[in-house]
Amino acid sequence: MLDSLKRIFGNEKSGKVAKKRLQMVLIQDRASVSPEVMAKLRDDIIQVISKYMVIDKTDMEISLESVDDSVALVANIPVQNMRHHK
Amino acid sequence: MSEVIVVTSGKGGVGKSTTTANLGVGLAMRGKKVVLIDTDTGLRNLDLLLGLENRIMYDLIDVVEGRVEIKKALVRHKKYENLQLLPTSQVKDKSAVNPADLMALCDELRKEYDFVIIDCPAGIEQGFQTAIAGADTAIVVTMPEVSAVRDADKIIGELGRSEKDNIKLIINRIRPAMVDSGEMMDMDDINDILAIKCIGQVPDDIKVVTSANRGEPVVGDNDSQAGKAYENIVGRLLGEDIPFMEFEKEGFFKKLMKAFKLSKD
Ligand SMILES: Nc1ncnc2c1ncn2[C@@H]1O[C@H](COP(=O)(O)OP(=O)(O)OP(=O)(O)O)[C@@H](O)[C@H]1O
Ligand SMILES: [Mg+2]
Repeated sequence: MLDSLKRIFGNEKSGKVAKKRLQMVLIQDRASVSPEVMAKLRDDIIQVISKYMVIDKTDMEISLESVDDSVALVANIPVQNMRHHK
Repeated sequence: MSEVIVVTSGKGGVGKSTTTANLGVGLAMRGKKVVLIDTDTGLRNLDLLLGLENRIMYDLIDVVEGRVEIKKALVRHKKYENLQLLPTSQVKDKSAVNPADLMALCDELRKEYDFVIIDCPAGIEQGFQTAIAGADTAIVVTMPEVSAVRDADKIIGELGRSEKDNIKLIINRIRPAMVDSGEMMDMDDINDILAIKCIGQVPDDIKVVTSANRGEPVVGDNDSQAGKAYENIVGRLLGEDIPFMEFEKEGFFKKLMKAFKLSKD
């Protein structure tokens, strides 16, 4: 992780590094101050996926995770059954 | 049409009071009737920046607690008669004024003044909620540094949650030479991050400090880059379309002149 950060930021000017770091941290900041938005997103995801599969809503997890120089929306959604499609 | 503007930042010490003083004087120079309200109770400074520290009789707390009329508490600027300051108390606790008080006060002042500008305390506590309560517009002041920008984003979020959607940004203390060498974020970088309309970029300028020393905001001073920048912001607040200025840099030529003592600064 540290190595890859160095690789990415190493020879870059500190102004650009500042910008990238801020863009990443603000995704986390904004998500953490509005849990309602994350809850709504969760509900919407459930709705869409439920059209195709039966999922376990109680065990599902969604979160924002920092991976190197980007932030990812990570979802872990246990699938119980697949619906039939014509 | 009058406008109530709150000057806020989140992080302390980025230039809220300096901005408030300069915009106040700048608007007054343009003939507008202006009242400035210091809401940083316990840490009042706006009086000092305006050179009015010896003229204070009453303060914001006296007004909201009904001891004096607003008119009696307002301190008139020495040079610009159309500029008034409502100072705050240097002692009483911050919870003495609540959002409803300030909203009522702003609505009263709105009837007589073109601009009511509120200097907000740092932070996001009660003092912030009180300061923003009566405002139509929020000016968020930040600096091109990571912590100041992050705190500005936090404030922008809080303003949105309080239904204050008219938000403008001022980037203060820019160092053009650092921006040029890529070691400081510039206006475009900060625009990309915060996505808020920028109405001014003010360079770091020793004249801001020397003018504060004298209690005379730098805005009238045409030899000062910061003074010029504040003048431009005043124009933009009045609806004028003013392009962003290029900062003078100490380039090769100027350095050469200096070396031969051809340039006086
Ligand atoms: N453009 C500038 N160039 C140089 N110095 C500046 C500039 N803007 C502000 N300063 C200096 O920075 C310091 C803090 O400014 P100011 O008091 O306006 O900040 P503030 O946001 O009101 O602080 P607080 O959060 O404590 O109320 C002061 O010493 C001021 O002179
Ligand atoms: Mg201040």
